[in-house]
Amino acid sequence: MNTRPIRFAGLALLLLTAPAFASPPEQKGSSVTPEGIEVPKPPFTEGIFPCTSCHDGKQMKVDTRRRELGMHSEIQEQLHHGPATRWCLDCHDASSRDYLHLASGEKVSFNASYLLCGQCHGDKLRDWRMGIHGKRTGSWNGAKQYLLCVNCHNPHSPHFAPLKPMPPPTRPEDIKLTKGGAQ
Amino acid sequence: MTDPKPIHPPAGAVESSACGGRREFLGTAVATVAMALTGCGKLSKEEFLQHNFRELSKDELQTIIARLEREYEEKYHKAVKVGNEPAMPGVIFGYALDLSRCIGCRRCVHACVKENNQSRDPQIQWIRVLEMDKEEGVNIQHAEQYYNPEEVPRESHFYMPVQCQQCKRPPCVKVCPVGATWKEKDGIVVVDYNWCIGCRYCMAACPYGARHFNWGEPHLESADVNPATHYLGNRPRAKGVVEKCTFCVQRTRNGLYPACVEICPTGSRKFGNLLDAKSEIRQVLETKRVFKFKEDLNTQPTFFYFYGV
Ligand code: SF4
Ligand code: SF4
Repeated sequence: MNTRPIRFAGLALLLLTAPAFASPPEQKGSSVTPEGIEVPKPPFTEGIFPCTSCHDGKQMKVDTRRRELGMHSEIQEQLHHGPATRWCLDCHDASSRDYLHLASGEKVSFNASYLLCGQCHGDKLRDWRMGIHGKRTGSWNGAKQYLLCVNCHNPHSPHFAPLKPMPPPTRPEDIKLTKGGAQ
Repeated sequence: MTDPKPIHPPAGAVESSACGGRREFLGTAVATVAMALTGCGKLSKEEFLQHNFRELSKDELQTIIARLEREYEEKYHKAVKVGNEPAMPGVIFGYALDLSRCIGCRRCVHACVKENNQSRDPQIQWIRVLEMDKEEGVNIQHAEQYYNPEEVPRESHFYMPVQCQQCKRPPCVKVCPVGATWKEKDGIVVVDYNWCIGCRYCMAACPYGARHFNWGEPHLESADVNPATHYLGNRPRAKGVVEKCTFCVQRTRNGLYPACVEICPTGSRKFGNLLDAKSEIRQVLETKRVFKFKEDLNTQPTFFYFYGV
């Protein structure tokens, strides 16, 4: 009964893993959200999107039960976001796998995932829209790109990862000057 | 005695004195004076006779820029553009840095060096990141700039990058005896590197350690030269002049964000037009807890620190 295809059937869509979340990636392709904000591509694992290439409702049956996943187990292991009861389908949509959904059930595309984040982090969403939280690139007086929440915070483990600092300045006593210029 | 040497090489000769000069040196009395004054054969007649940037006519400026571009190309073997975009009307730049987000990774420091053609050897950096104790708060007595742990942020520490605060009442400008540094209409405090005499009064006057002196011949590999420059910004400097952050004048006057804003992985750096009520910088000022560094000195920075949380 519990054959592999069935085990896989209906697994939640957890597409985002953590490649270089700490340093926002160079934008490879961008898109415009329904409300007209230009955002980079969400940091999908290579080749994983669209999710419906597996979760098409035919190859796998939808299984909404909370359980240990076979596929995407690495995401389940690193899931540290909010209460322990958090579950894939809280955010990923079981019937339209290429979408997320709000608490209301309203579908949200991956490039507008900030709407989903903003349900709990409303103050951050407000600041993000004003350009206080998050990061914008491009032109201060013209077109800009907004990084998505998920470009910096792994949605499954959102705490900002520590970084190795770049080299400290040279101490003055270690700066050598040769007469006529340091060469 | 029998073979009196000319005081200076003939026109067009390449000067190779101990001062490392390589500029064309014209056999004129003026050049001799220049040499006598500077003690080295580096200064060309044109450079010696050049006026303060603010007094130049359009034509003079074009000639000077053409000369500089030629000299840079000779030196770095690549085309370097020296821009002179003026301040945009209706714009005063402002900057804000989120102390609750900065993790002290120094990405900004090194992006700045790259963008602004700072000397790699001897090392010059315009941004200094201070590591401070959370318990102490902003307290320079407890600031460390040479921190180098495996990972940042370190437990119970926070980080405060310091660079030129583009003061509204800049003491550095006030003390300059020759008017080689001034505040532009868009709020950027700039230096005319060709007018600076290297007295370093401004460095003594600046309470933020924001100014840096070229004690040695600045060294910059050709490959490292950023060829998109501005006369008052990131064009390569010479030995003996002072330099500082210009909010990336070569970028910001063309509508771009400064390099440090674009690189910061935590989005701690905010930049924009203080006169535009919708700009990010205005949103910060109007909705967050903001302070100015060393506010009591009344330098009135247009660089702010805030707590985004
Ligand atoms: S790049 Fe950003 S986080 Fe890193 S030290 Fe600079 S301001 Fe702080
Ligand atoms: S921070 Fe220092 S260099 Fe910059 S404007 Fe103020 S006094 Fe001048």
